[in-house]
Amino acid sequence: MAREVISSGNELAAKAAIDAGCRFFGGYPITPSSEVAHEMSVLLPKVGGKFIQMEDEIAGICVALGASMSGVKSMTNTSGPGMSLKAEQIGLGFVAEVPLVITNVMRGGPSTGLPTRVQQGDVMMSRYPTHGDYKSVTFCPGNLSECYTEVVRAFNVAEELMTPVIVLLDETIGHMVGKAVLPDLEEVEANTVNRAQPDPNIPKNEFLPYDVPSDKPAVLPKFFQGYHYHVTGLHHGPTGFPTEDAVLCQNLIERLHRKIDVRRKDLLDSWEEYMLDDAEYMIFCYGSVSLAAREVVDRLRSEGKKIGMFRPKTLWPSPEEKIAELAQRFPAEKILMPELNMGQYINEVERIMKQRPVALNKANGRPISPTEMIEKLKEMGI
Amino acid sequence: MAFNYDQYLRTDKMPTLWCWGCGDGIILKALIRAIDKLGWSMDDVCVVSGIGCSGRFSSYIDCNTVHTTHGRTVAYATGIKLANPDKHVICVAGDGDGLAIGGNHTIHGCRRNIDINFILINNFIYGLTNSQVSPTTPKGMWAVTTQYGNVDPTFDACELAKGSGATFIARETVTDPRKLEKMFIKGFQHKGFSFFDVLSNCHVNLGRKNKMGEAIQNQEWIDSITMPLKKWEKLSDEEKKAYFPTGILHHDESQMEYCEAYDLVIEAAQNKKKVDVPIEIKPK
Repeated sequence: MAREVISSGNELAAKAAIDAGCRFFGGYPITPSSEVAHEMSVLLPKVGGKFIQMEDEIAGICVALGASMSGVKSMTNTSGPGMSLKAEQIGLGFVAEVPLVITNVMRGGPSTGLPTRVQQGDVMMSRYPTHGDYKSVTFCPGNLSECYTEVVRAFNVAEELMTPVIVLLDETIGHMVGKAVLPDLEEVEANTVNRAQPDPNIPKNEFLPYDVPSDKPAVLPKFFQGYHYHVTGLHHGPTGFPTEDAVLCQNLIERLHRKIDVRRKDLLDSWEEYMLDDAEYMIFCYGSVSLAAREVVDRLRSEGKKIGMFRPKTLWPSPEEKIAELAQRFPAEKILMPELNMGQYINEVERIMKQRPVALNKANGRPISPTEMIEKLKEMGI
Repeated sequence: MAFNYDQYLRTDKMPTLWCWGCGDGIILKALIRAIDKLGWSMDDVCVVSGIGCSGRFSSYIDCNTVHTTHGRTVAYATGIKLANPDKHVICVAGDGDGLAIGGNHTIHGCRRNIDINFILINNFIYGLTNSQVSPTTPKGMWAVTTQYGNVDPTFDACELAKGSGATFIARETVTDPRKLEKMFIKGFQHKGFSFFDVLSNCHVNLGRKNKMGEAIQNQEWIDSITMPLKKWEKLSDEEKKAYFPTGILHHDESQMEYCEAYDLVIEAAQNKKKVDVPIEIKPK
């Protein structure tokens, strides 16, 4: 039985975390994301988990990474300026392979920007949230129900791939209150993924946490179980201890890429197609913009126009084959790409499609209305 | 029989990266002896370090070890401790790591009174990155970033810890390893945030350009700027300024430890009530 609740996107993200097994939250207040923290501070102690409001954004992610590496599923939450501050620690999460879910409820930027208004300005930042080279994983919910399901998915993927996973909400979807249909709790629990633990046949003093095949994540046992391993942000070989060995350093970075690449199709690719089967025009969008885009499709369909919508739920890594396939079906001049930024994901789409869709951009903190999209589509000849 | 350090060390990581005569090794050995005397199982210990010479501390001791980012030691350790309240968490940070880039986390670790043992290896300089000025570099001294002389005011880390609410504060130096060991034993047994200001020598990066000689001369300099608390207390206010007092400077067992305090939150949440903690306006 599915569950129906009335809630906000931010509160649903918190509820999802609890249901997915999160038992630790560290963070720092920031608009428009704070409700995630508020809700976690109420929900976590009820289930015996720990919530802590730290002294700054940096400490907020450090404390969550610390709890997670010790073996407890953890989360942090923030918005743009906080993402900027957390950047260095996200890198430690990538290189040391510490699972963590980071919800970023996007607001207007750069800098302090527009704290209470919407933007999709952090899309490229989610691809490259920190210095160095790595593959990041980013999900982007497009409605209230997905604020729940995508956070659950983020926890499972973080544990499976041993990596931080970013969930990009935005001010609109985070603060929107409405009915959400959620999967049954037993179903969520039955599909919960917990990080791999060492083969008990390997003696504890011989176990090497990073001694894994070249396309597999590290196996990091819970702390205080007798596995005396070392976690570091320095490049490391199979033992986990720092190294500058040229081969080991190259192998590490290649493995961090490959462990994501090889699981993209079966684990990460995720999208929604809406009325695309017979469509001649397509709106390519993501996140809260899809709420208006859906209305555009419905309105224009009622006028007999053949239009549909495509919406990736996994932004990074992008679903390349699917986007390439769409390029075969739709010429660039019939693809509208509305984004609440000056054109970020469109560059990734253009890279794959080898053609640039028609952009509709806004970065002033206001959503793109269905009317604005329809006007643009009319200019495009629909 | 000589003490066997090897059972606590990752001997395959020896020799250390530290310079000949560095005080870090003295601190590592005192720490190991303290753990041994307390009878802790190394399965129950986590050592967390940051960046700098002190950051490599975690590589050498055989338990769960974490080498974090610059300055964030206490923040990572807080997560590890709060998630595992019955385990022992030891932080090691340098004066740049713990007082400059990580100063905020040091303040709030002290304030929360979480049961973390925080060892500040205070060698008055950035060593690993080659002699830049740190918050504890004495005024007037040379550093590679204060080549005309350091004009920054001198800083007392224990005063910061005191003002921030740490409930165990002690200072010793690498010139007396036995006192160091005793201080660790006492502080490790304390339930709450234990702050150890350990004055150490960096004859390479502080000593050389300030014409302070080799390791021994640097340690003699440390001796010359410190004085046991009881003796120090008898000095005039003006005389006190020339010395850092050593020994246990503050020990308050009346304050609730943070993990235990959070247990009250869990209990309250699970029984749908508010925590039974009186409103307190000023720190006691």
